[in-house]
This record gives sequence, structure tokens and C-alpha cells, in this order.
Amino acid sequence: MFRYIGRRALQTVVLLFLVSAIVFAVIRLVPGDPAAMQMGTEATPQGLARLRHEMGLDRPIYVQYARWLRNVAHGDFGVSWLSKQPALSLIQRRFPATLLLTVDAALVGVAIGVPLGILGGSRPGSVVDGITSTFALLGVALPSFWLGLMLLLTFAIGLHWFPPSGYVPLNVDAGDALRHAALPAVTLGIGLAAPLARFLRAGLLDALRQDYIRTALAKGVTATRVVLRHALKNALLSVITAFALLFGGLLGGAIITESVFNWPGIGTLLLNAIEQRDYGVVQGVVLYVTVVFVVANFAADVVYTLLDPRIRYE
Amino acid sequence: MWRRFQRNRLAVGGLVLVAAMVLTAALAPWIAPYSPYAQFSDIGLQPPSRAHLLGTDTIGRDYLSRLVYGARISLLVGITTMVVAALAGVVLGMLGGYYGKMVDAVIGRFLDALLAFPVVLLAIFIVAVLGPSMLNAIVAVAIVYTPTFARLARASVLSLRAQDFVEAARAMGANDARVLGRHVLPSTLSPLIVQCSLGIGSAILIEASLSFLGLGVQPPTPSWGAMIGAGRNFLTVAPWLAAVPGIAIILAIIGFNLFGDGIRDMLDPRTAGRRPSHGP
Repeated sequence: MFRYIGRRALQTVVLLFLVSAIVFAVIRLVPGDPAAMQMGTEATPQGLARLRHEMGLDRPIYVQYARWLRNVAHGDFGVSWLSKQPALSLIQRRFPATLLLTVDAALVGVAIGVPLGILGGSRPGSVVDGITSTFALLGVALPSFWLGLMLLLTFAIGLHWFPPSGYVPLNVDAGDALRHAALPAVTLGIGLAAPLARFLRAGLLDALRQDYIRTALAKGVTATRVVLRHALKNALLSVITAFALLFGGLLGGAIITESVFNWPGIGTLLLNAIEQRDYGVVQGVVLYVTVVFVVANFAADVVYTLLDPRIRYE
Repeated sequence: MWRRFQRNRLAVGGLVLVAAMVLTAALAPWIAPYSPYAQFSDIGLQPPSRAHLLGTDTIGRDYLSRLVYGARISLLVGITTMVVAALAGVVLGMLGGYYGKMVDAVIGRFLDALLAFPVVLLAIFIVAVLGPSMLNAIVAVAIVYTPTFARLARASVLSLRAQDFVEAARAMGANDARVLGRHVLPSTLSPLIVQCSLGIGSAILIEASLSFLGLGVQPPTPSWGAMIGAGRNFLTVAPWLAAVPGIAIILAIIGFNLFGDGIRDMLDPRTAGRRPSHGP
């Protein structure tokens, strides 16, 4: 098992190198000279040459990459071209808002998706299963930005139940923080609940077909207990397999949801940076979020290995 | 085979939705009451009326006409991205699967790295660098979906490579290109077709998201996502501007998803009754 985890760890490190190379290469596709863009209207030939040298732009591309990678490894994710602030400190300042949003959304997603998935999967063909399947079908098709606007229209503008936008840190006023986070979290959470319910339902359907379920039922274990104690464990494994898809959807959805609700998180940081053509921040955010994603996927893999003994000898 | 498709009521529903969308797009000039670019009144934001069934947008263009023409954009983007992604993916996947070893390792690691990004983030990143436009949105979504197709193609090639008819073709003197093109490719087609029809729905959704953020299709071209993006600023005075295009997007995606599921069940009855594992 440890050998397997070790191999996955090594693969993850290689993957991080490749991901960083792609981010580095893609940023270089930006038309124009980064030094000229940074200096803007104050550019002089001498100043440009000096800045290009400072930024290492006069060196071969692989030297630039190595230098950049060394900086990243030391926690230097680049500098904003506009404010000259380190991208990482900008990200860290926005991090609590995004964390609050994604954690709340994950809670909403689990609270809706898990019961629906279990009820649907344990009674295929029933009314509840119909609801689960319809919800899963609709939820995947719902554009999160549209859902967000409709919730905003109904519950903020129409009913005044929730504030239309704004972010309150959790440590300032917890109740107010959650009230402000409610609509964005539901928007993002429904996007998670739909695929979650679908995977859980499919996993349960598969598990309930297995022989050990028939054995348990034959022994006289009640149906509820069979579902919750025996089948659910294996069904959850299939959900963990889909972790990358679910978590990736959550991260991508967060960017869009933040834009809808003007939520001051990492997503709006990215979108503002794109608008202002601040590629220093764009690069930093893309790399940061992707590293988080890759590491989380590795963690999910480790959890999967620990939970499912069958994979250990592969 | 068609019988099996028909028996699946959901799949038929999907076919109806897809057909409706294709017809709307194809017949847009006849269906739409006006040109999607014509400005009718000095004052925009007219509520729905008999002359303008869905009202007018901020600068007085007929909203229904823009919605109808929007079907063209969504379809165009959805189909083009899948064709491009499928072509690129098949070439990469077949090369890797057929030649194996180094070629496979290099292509494989590169595709793994692309898959390591969250889908929406990668698409946003690519258009951010290339600049906002419909073409770049197509490029971005196609890149995002290329690995999926490559993996499918590679898996098929691997299972086919060892089979007798491929061996026979090679023994008869067919070169690599001929073996891949004439013998291997046809056998990989059906999973690719299924993936295409499922992928069109996701591509439409990502394009709409990009356009909503202002990173995709640019005005004045009518795109459903961009229409919602423009309508968001008028939620209190003209809520239908944001609401209506969203319903069109939902119907389109549901249509392609159900249709794709139906084709898959038709081509491979073993999976019938299971839910798919797709989506962004």
C-alpha cells in the first residue's frame, strides 16, 4: 500500500512540474512584451532594457522557466503588474472568502445530494428515484450563473430574505456572514449536489446487486440496515473516485458564482486581473488553484487506498 | 437499434429537444420575427408585448429574435468544439496507443497535465491569454475536451492493436497510416460519437459561462450566455432579460445529454439504465 501511495506521490510531483510548465508556457502566449506592459506609458528604451533584464526576459526560455519555478517553489507566485504586490499575498487576502463559500457550498451539496442519492439508489424506479433522477438531470444542465441570478431575483430582490451581495467575514459576525453566504452557497452547492446524487445513486445500484447484499438480506438484516451499513460503504467509494470531477466543478463553479454575487474571493480576483490584463496575478491564481486541485486529488487517492483494501496490491 | 432508442422515452425526449434546437438554428431567419441586430425604439427595455413577444433589450432590439439566433451560436460552438477536440484527441490517442513506449508516455503525460486543471479554470485561463472572442472560446473548450477523446481513442487502439484483423492488415503490407485510418479508426467510432453528443451539452454550458463573464462571444453577436450577462444589470426592471436565455440553455443541455445517453444505450445495451458520468 505504501508503495502504491509512494508511486502516486511521485506521479503527483511530476504532474505539478508539467502543470507549472503549461501555465508558464501559456502565459507566454500573451501578445506583446511583458516588460512594456508593466511600464505602460512611462516606458523608455533604456528603462525597458533594464526591466527586461531584471525580469530575465533576455535569457533563454528554459532559464526563465527554471528561475520562475525556483521562485514558485519558494512561495513566490509572481507579482501583480499593476499594484506590484506579490500575487500570493493578494490570493491569501481573498482566501477566507473563497473558503467560506466553498465549504458552505459543499455542506449544501452534501445535505441535498447524499439523501437524494441514497433514497434514489435504494429504491430504483420509485417516486423518490424519479425526483433524484430529475434533479440530477436538471442540476447538471443548470448554468450556475443563471441559477444565481434567479435566486438573487427571488430571495434578495423579491422577498428580501437575504442580502443581494456583499461578504462579511466569519469572525466579524457569524450570523451575518452566513446570511450573506447563503445565496452564493446554495447556487454553488446545487451544482455539486446534482452530480453527487447521480454518482451515489449509481454506486448504490451497483452495490445492491452484489452477492454480499443478498447474503445479508438472507440472514435477515433489514433493508434499511443493508443499505446504510453494507451497500453505502461501497457506494461512497465510487463517489471518492469521482472526487476530481466534483471538486473541480466546485472550484470552477466558485469563480463564476463569485462573479454573480460580487463575492470578494479568489475567483473575482482572477476575473478582475483578466479584465485589467494583469497577467502576473492571472498566472499566480491559475497556478495556485491548480496546485490545490492536484494536491487534493492526491489526498483523495490516498484516502481511497486506505478505505479500499482491494486496490493495495495493484 | 432504432427500436431500442425509441423504447427509451427519455432519449426520444432528448432527440425532440435537439431537433427543435437544430431547426430553430437552421430556420432562424424565418422563425425570428425581426433581425437580431435591428433596433426598434429609442427606448430599450420594453416589456413583452404583441409586437415584441419577449420585449426588447437595453438598446431596443427584439429579444425573441436574438434568442432564436442565439441557438445558432450555441450549436456552432458546441459542434465545432467537439469536432476539433475529437480530431485532436483521436490523432493524439491513436498515435500514443499505436506506437506505445516513448510516444505514448510523452503524449500521455501532457494529457494528464491538461486534465489536472479544473475544467472551467483552464477554459478561462486560455481565453484570458488569447483574448475574448468566439473563436478563442472554441479553441479553449476544444483544448479542455481533447484529453477525454484522446483517452477514449487510445483505449480502443490498445484493445484493437492485438487483434487478428489488424495483424492481418499489417501482414498484407498496409502501412501505419492505412492500418490506423482504415482498420482501427472505424472501430473506435461509436464511443467517440457518444462522447461527442454528451460533450456538446457541456461545451454549450462552458461557452455560455465564458460569454456571461464577457470572455467568450462578443457583442453584438447574440449569445445566450452574453445575453444573461447583459441582463444581470437589469434584474429589477427587466428580469426576463436574464431569465429567458437561461431556460434555452437548460433545454439545450438536457436535450443533448438525454440524446447522448440514448445513443450510448442504443450502441451498447449493456449500459442501459445507468446514469452517465459526464459533465463539467
